[in-house]
Amino acid sequence: MNDKEIIARRVALELKRGSLVNLGIGLPTMVASYLPADAGISFQSENGIIGMSALPDPGLAGADLTDAGGSPIGALPGACAFDSAMSFALIRGGHLDVTVLGGLQVDEEGQLANWMVPGKMVPGMGGAMDLVSGAKRVIVAMTHTAKGAPKILKKCTLPLTSVRRVDLVVTEMAVIQPTDDGLVLLETAPGVTVDQVVAASEAKLLMPKAPGVMGIAA
Amino acid sequence: MSKVSSVSAAVEKIPDGAVLMIGGFMGAGTPPMLIDELVRQGKKNLTVIANDTARPGVGIGKLIDAGLVKKVIASHIGTNPQTQKLMIAGELEVDLVPQGTLAERVRAGGSGLGGVLTPTGVGTTAAEGKKTVELNGVTYLVEEAIKADIALISARSADYSGNLRYSLTSRNFNPLMALAAELVIAEPNEILPVGCIEPDAVVTPHVLVDVIVVKGAEK
Repeated sequence: MNDKEIIARRVALELKRGSLVNLGIGLPTMVASYLPADAGISFQSENGIIGMSALPDPGLAGADLTDAGGSPIGALPGACAFDSAMSFALIRGGHLDVTVLGGLQVDEEGQLANWMVPGKMVPGMGGAMDLVSGAKRVIVAMTHTAKGAPKILKKCTLPLTSVRRVDLVVTEMAVIQPTDDGLVLLETAPGVTVDQVVAASEAKLLMPKAPGVMGIAA
Repeated sequence: MSKVSSVSAAVEKIPDGAVLMIGGFMGAGTPPMLIDELVRQGKKNLTVIANDTARPGVGIGKLIDAGLVKKVIASHIGTNPQTQKLMIAGELEVDLVPQGTLAERVRAGGSGLGGVLTPTGVGTTAAEGKKTVELNGVTYLVEEAIKADIALISARSADYSGNLRYSLTSRNFNPLMALAAELVIAEPNEILPVGCIEPDAVVTPHVLVDVIVVKGAEK
């Protein structure tokens, strides 16, 4: 099982029946693959649909049914389509239960940087700033380090996506919960020690209770 | 007077230097014939307000490829390396706006509002140079309304009066932009007799649409 799969399978356990969820492009999109078909979760794509599904069969791709990356998707019975103002009213207005986004950095205040690297990568924030500001719950799904360098830092050095504190960070090594006191190490991945997680993090990790072992969806 | 026009005559109404709103999200819901005709007629120094610049060779990416655009106001350009290259070279001005904020600025522009208050972007680089307002203990950015000279709209169907309905995720910014420009040019996939789109299915009322281009009107 590769790192991204471990992360996606762990995030899948966070999604509750009946919730409306937005998955970012890339790693977060993989989360849907590890949910049972009857999980009872509605997925929103911010380009204007609730009820998106994986592309059902070859040849059924339509130019008018795409995800936020522009790739063809399917839609489930009961899906609904709407314009961008409605889509972001849902996101900003407290109607979106969970957003799962990728991350470049998270810091001890639980703030996220995930939209630009000045001078190197300036893709634009797309919907990320609205999603982090507005979703009821923000889950960051990212690798623990980038080319060996920690991504869980004392203070983000990259431009922030929002000043809002994210709710959970899931990496291939650990599950971390930002709190008023700082970052709490909740779980370590199977085969990963607390010392290894601490060594791979720049931020101080709090352990008010002994960390558990990270669960992984079947 | 009929609103139906050839694509070439419709695009001839667009002057060099125009401020355009163009519907679409990564090419889905971007009017394809109007884009191709803008390139064919070689309109220059355009300002494009749109969600994104798609990819090279796709949708608005074709305008970037042809070097017709001097400024882009968008939420995302990461999928178009050409846009990024021109921006870094200083040949293309890019104003990045959070997607939900862009949608609301356009909606406000077309709705007679001066702007919107949003929590999105507070404390980030998106807040630079902007006023903030505190209401009931929450800090909001003041985001100004935005308008355009011309909106280029893609729709699933029009009737001859200009009523529009959309299709799935091709709707995106189109209905918002149809409110916010002086001249609204719509490119539907089909044009139907008046009455064939039931009133409840109309998303953009006909009064907003000035010109309808359709395949086959090209003579």
